[in-house]
Amino acid sequence: MAKVLAIHPDRCTACRACELACSMKHYGEFNPSRSRIQVSLFLDEAVYIPTACTQCTEAWCAKICPTNAILMDPKYMAYYVDDNKCVGCKMCVLACPFGSIQLYPEVGKAEKCDLCLSIDGDPECVKFCAPKALEFVDEDTSVKAKILATAKKLKETYREVTA
Amino acid sequence: MGGWTGQILRVDLTTGKATKEPLDMKRARAYIGGRGLATRYLLDEIDPKVDPLSPGNKVILATGPLSATSAPTGGRYMVVTKSPLTGAVACSNSGGYVAPEIKGCGYDFIVLEGKASGPVYLWLHNDKVEIRPADTVWGKIVHESEDILRAATHEDAKILGIGPAGERQALVACVMNDKERAAGRSGVGAAMGSKNLKAIVARGTIPVKVARPKEFMTACLDAVNKLKASPVTGQGMPTYGTPVMYNVINAHGFLPTKNFQFGTFADCDKISGETLREKYLVRNKGCFACTIACARVTAVPSGKYKGHGEGPEYESGWALGAATGVSDLPAVIKANYLCNELGMDTIEAGVAIATAMELYERGHIPEKDIGRPLRFGDADALVEMTGKMGRGEGFGAILALGGYRVAERYGHAELFMGVKKQAFPAYDSRGAQGMAVGYATSNRGACHLRGYTISAEVFGMPTKMDPGATEGKAAITKAFQDTTAFVDATGVCLFTTFGIGAPEIHTLLEAATAQGYTLDECLNIGERIWNMERQFNLRAGFTAGDDTLPPRILHEGIPDGPAKGRVARLGEMLPEYYQLRGWDTSGVPTSEKLKALALA
Repeated sequence: MAKVLAIHPDRCTACRACELACSMKHYGEFNPSRSRIQVSLFLDEAVYIPTACTQCTEAWCAKICPTNAILMDPKYMAYYVDDNKCVGCKMCVLACPFGSIQLYPEVGKAEKCDLCLSIDGDPECVKFCAPKALEFVDEDTSVKAKILATAKKLKETYREVTA
Repeated sequence: MGGWTGQILRVDLTTGKATKEPLDMKRARAYIGGRGLATRYLLDEIDPKVDPLSPGNKVILATGPLSATSAPTGGRYMVVTKSPLTGAVACSNSGGYVAPEIKGCGYDFIVLEGKASGPVYLWLHNDKVEIRPADTVWGKIVHESEDILRAATHEDAKILGIGPAGERQALVACVMNDKERAAGRSGVGAAMGSKNLKAIVARGTIPVKVARPKEFMTACLDAVNKLKASPVTGQGMPTYGTPVMYNVINAHGFLPTKNFQFGTFADCDKISGETLREKYLVRNKGCFACTIACARVTAVPSGKYKGHGEGPEYESGWALGAATGVSDLPAVIKANYLCNELGMDTIEAGVAIATAMELYERGHIPEKDIGRPLRFGDADALVEMTGKMGRGEGFGAILALGGYRVAERYGHAELFMGVKKQAFPAYDSRGAQGMAVGYATSNRGACHLRGYTISAEVFGMPTKMDPGATEGKAAITKAFQDTTAFVDATGVCLFTTFGIGAPEIHTLLEAATAQGYTLDECLNIGERIWNMERQFNLRAGFTAGDDTLPPRILHEGIPDGPAKGRVARLGEMLPEYYQLRGWDTSGVPTSEKLKALALA
């Protein structure tokens, strides 16, 4: 069963602990601007949205890569970058419609969320997310949770209507 | 190098010259950072007798070695200067997102000197420093100013600065950041205003490193999990924020009401955290790296007090609410928004109005001076006066000097409720004796964030103490003051200490810096910082005579509620406190004590 990084923006409290944890785990330093997960803060509207690679089934970044440096881990169904193959051509950056893959100028290699597969497969951002806006769960659990949440809202509406 | 960036930025606003210099590691080792290290630099560089609003005063914006790291709540910065409000040492602390940008530009702190010839702002972009004219934002409220400055620099820039109150050097002015967060107390906004500096805009992407990353992250995760598990930092504060305190303190009978004339507020529940949550809370929010997320994002959707923003916090809502007798929560929220927009300390602003209300009701201020009646409980008067204070209009210009100067001007300084010209916060120390000795001896004037004995006297942490008793209060006050000074030097929020303690923070600090710090040494550094601040104040001209409380608190019993009849028995605690501190009977640290703390 593939596991996914489930993001719940309604729970995010804008603390950006995920950005710190990510940059430390992958690069050994605190650098939110280089984090593979980014929290966009719409402070005036009180909306905070974490975004990271969604692990497309048919990933444009992988398809366009001329050196086949972006590979899928069959166990997690998640894409990671093979640093040995990446030549820093930036085609993947152009191809990704979400801005989820980037090149850090000083390094020159593509960087994207790989669910920490390149290290231990245990996403660091999730561990540091106190309000549980980030969860690492089985793919169907994530969907089922959404179905249930929607169903609960419908149930309340139904009750109000029929009361 | 870990924790510290190892560099500071010095900006002489008179000449427009910015210089980078290496951090003095000897002093960094001995004072850590933030409140400790910045105060060391301040005391080494200015004459404590300097006029705080003159170019000779300096303003230091300081981070700590744990700022901008995964250490939970590691997003704090501090404004350290000589206070224009009190004349004592000032250190005001704020969260938000500014500290990581300052460190991301490569600085542990920024020393601001001199005075610019006209309004300017500082633009820091990684290693670049620019002093730019601030004509487009001078006079603008905090929120508008931030939007304009961000548009003029970088969309991800974070901003700290002053509002119209600070520009006019109002003594109630604070430094605001990220629109809604405040380095609130001691009039630090006036000091920034006196330098003609509207704002500091920062965008920094230089990595911050720690000495032992693996050990550090393990310690961070341990702290995060403890904070999540604590009923205070894991449940109470995220759910209700600091306003959860109203009903608790009111039930104990020491919620200061109508300028400390009463110890209970009959309408307390109308302004409580529960009511705020039920009616006006949009959501809770965290500052940078904060797992607690106590901030209140609020909105008043309709009516004459319509608006949106953050807060009020417990202290703010108390000062603008119970202290003024106003129970109309939308009015209190509106007054809080005005304080943020105009850049004022909510406590000082609220107590200034409460002071004026009592003076008015007692016939000491003629109505013609104010231009309207000013009675306790008048919501419209609260909102009108808050706005006038921030803009310096009419009687507002008098209020902007703070409650002490209002009371003094009308011949009744004894009706000002505070210490060293700084207003009390939201605990009547007649009810909780630990706060009495804490307020009297606090180095920045009356303050709850220097030795929060309420923790023991109300919540039983670390042990339950009878709030009405004086036994052991001198000792716990000293212990809390020293621990707090240590925490404030590291760059994490004091609220962490509801869920973790000095041992965890020491572990974080040592893993970040690898300096060989022991826990005992950290607490010793806290004591060193406290004594250094005392040295600053003594050199500024303060004496033991200033370690006192208003006559009302010392001699008039609380007239109502569970704490009825209690006065602050300061005389039973202060001599013991001096003795425990190793100070002589005049409150001066002995030479042995100074030697032991390496302060001689």
